[in-house]
Amino acid sequence: MSARRIVSAIVVHGLLLAGAFMALLPFFWMVITSLKVPEDMFTMPPEWFPNPITFDAYERLFSLIPFARQFLNTLFVTVVIVLGQLLFSSMGAYAFARLRFPFREQLFLLFLATLMVPTVVTLIPTFIIIREFGWINTYMALIAPAALGSAFATFLLRQFMLTIPEELEEAAKLDGAGHPTIFFRIILPLVRPALAVVAVFAFIHFWNDFLWPLVAINSESMKVLTVGIATLAASHYGTDWGVLMAGSVLTVLPLVVVFFLAQRQIVEGIASTGLKG
Amino acid sequence: MTAAVETIAPPRYSVAARRDWFAAFVFLLPNLVSIGLFTLIPVVAGFFLSFTNWDMLSDPQWVGLENYQDILKDRQFWNALRNTAIYTLIVIPGGLTVSMLLALALNSKIKGTAIYQAIFFLPYVSSTVAIALVWKWIYHPDYGVLNAMLRAVGLPGVDWLTNPSVALISVAIVQIWQTAGYNMVLLLAGLRAIPKDYYEAARIDGASPWTIFWSITVPLLMPTIFFVTTISIIASFQVFNLIYVMTGGGPGNSTKVYVFYLWENGFSFFKMGYASALAYVLFVIILAITLIQARFLGRTPGLGGR
Repeated sequence: MSARRIVSAIVVHGLLLAGAFMALLPFFWMVITSLKVPEDMFTMPPEWFPNPITFDAYERLFSLIPFARQFLNTLFVTVVIVLGQLLFSSMGAYAFARLRFPFREQLFLLFLATLMVPTVVTLIPTFIIIREFGWINTYMALIAPAALGSAFATFLLRQFMLTIPEELEEAAKLDGAGHPTIFFRIILPLVRPALAVVAVFAFIHFWNDFLWPLVAINSESMKVLTVGIATLAASHYGTDWGVLMAGSVLTVLPLVVVFFLAQRQIVEGIASTGLKG
Repeated sequence: MTAAVETIAPPRYSVAARRDWFAAFVFLLPNLVSIGLFTLIPVVAGFFLSFTNWDMLSDPQWVGLENYQDILKDRQFWNALRNTAIYTLIVIPGGLTVSMLLALALNSKIKGTAIYQAIFFLPYVSSTVAIALVWKWIYHPDYGVLNAMLRAVGLPGVDWLTNPSVALISVAIVQIWQTAGYNMVLLLAGLRAIPKDYYEAARIDGASPWTIFWSITVPLLMPTIFFVTTISIIASFQVFNLIYVMTGGGPGNSTKVYVFYLWENGFSFFKMGYASALAYVLFVIILAITLIQARFLGRTPGLGGR
């Protein structure tokens, strides 16, 4: 029995270590490549550690494309969308969870039904609408379709609000507080855990978004990071692996930071809701 | 209700109720604008657009069912659909196996679960475009680290992305790599929900771990497995970023998948009507998968895994 237990422990740890190695290797290789001098990049067998270490690739990256600008574009757009979704989706959630109005259930079902529509189905008409507004190649093109709330966030927050006992609002109601007061003073502070989940997932999603920014933006200075580095890779700098890896490192880095700060929310959020990617 | 009754009867709804309606309208307005303008109108507009020819320069021309008829005759469409199906058929069993192994290993009460979970999850939160670039470099036929490792153990290198019969598999491996941690979290939650008593009873009866896995774990985990499978199918059917960055649909058309072909029609060839028809065909396929899942799980789609 104990021999069997040892064997199973070895198998389990072997599996996990192999998995961890496989999961981390590409990240390791990305960082290593970004720190190499060009001559060391094309050696066989490859060198596992850069010698000498150089930040040349990062300098080249910032001179080849307006990388700093694209970084700020991505940060700005993502933060605005996250804040917008937090505010507007929790407002919608409040209406569905706390207010009585005609056709409430039907409207809620309609919200849920929109979750089944794949983004690619709305891609072309949305492009045409944004073009009609004259927003192609502007921040509005990137922000507007997402910042007024998402059906999924509204749904998630509504479910969370339904678990809050209504007695908590009774006292405020007797004092004559209106819905804005109840919403901002009582409900929002109580749904903070759900807001954290929405914020983290929206941040990851929109930081990584690619297809929409690819069609909605066409100038270098308006691009977001994903489109910026993909364009660079498709240009004749596509073989400068140091630059491409430097761009990848800086694109992934903010996500890694967010991930480690919010790891618990992410894992619990997925396990409890099956959050879509 | 006649006019006379209306004037006599007290208002059917109180002032407070009407105030609630108004509040609900205000609170829902941003969401309604968003869903109306960027989901409902596009869904309807896309449907009408799919019956037109439109290059975005001249006015759209109504062509009836022509786009759909053309799709059925379009060899590129069938090629893209086949590539997408093959891609999905690689990703699903591969991804399920990897994530199941990781979930089982993490479920066996060992130290460092949180650290492993964080490591496995890292690829999922990382930008797909950046990840795709890194893997393209790893797959490099001459200087890639993967072929270097193969050669180190005496194996020949592989043309991971330049051999038409390998490229689709290579991209699928990246998707498996990226989503394994996410699927693992779902499966682990499912595993932890299985009551311990079942295992105890089976162990007392002398069942082997293998038997326990197939006769207890898998049947009880079936809803989660099914959910993971469905969302993986839906994601695989819409793969775009990996293909765009790693292969651009090549070599030949060997990795030209559905959404890539759609994007190409819309934004390279400016055949907006045809691309809209392609989008609707995909919509129907994905809707069918979603509805099968909903029926199987008896839950509203998109909420499962609880």
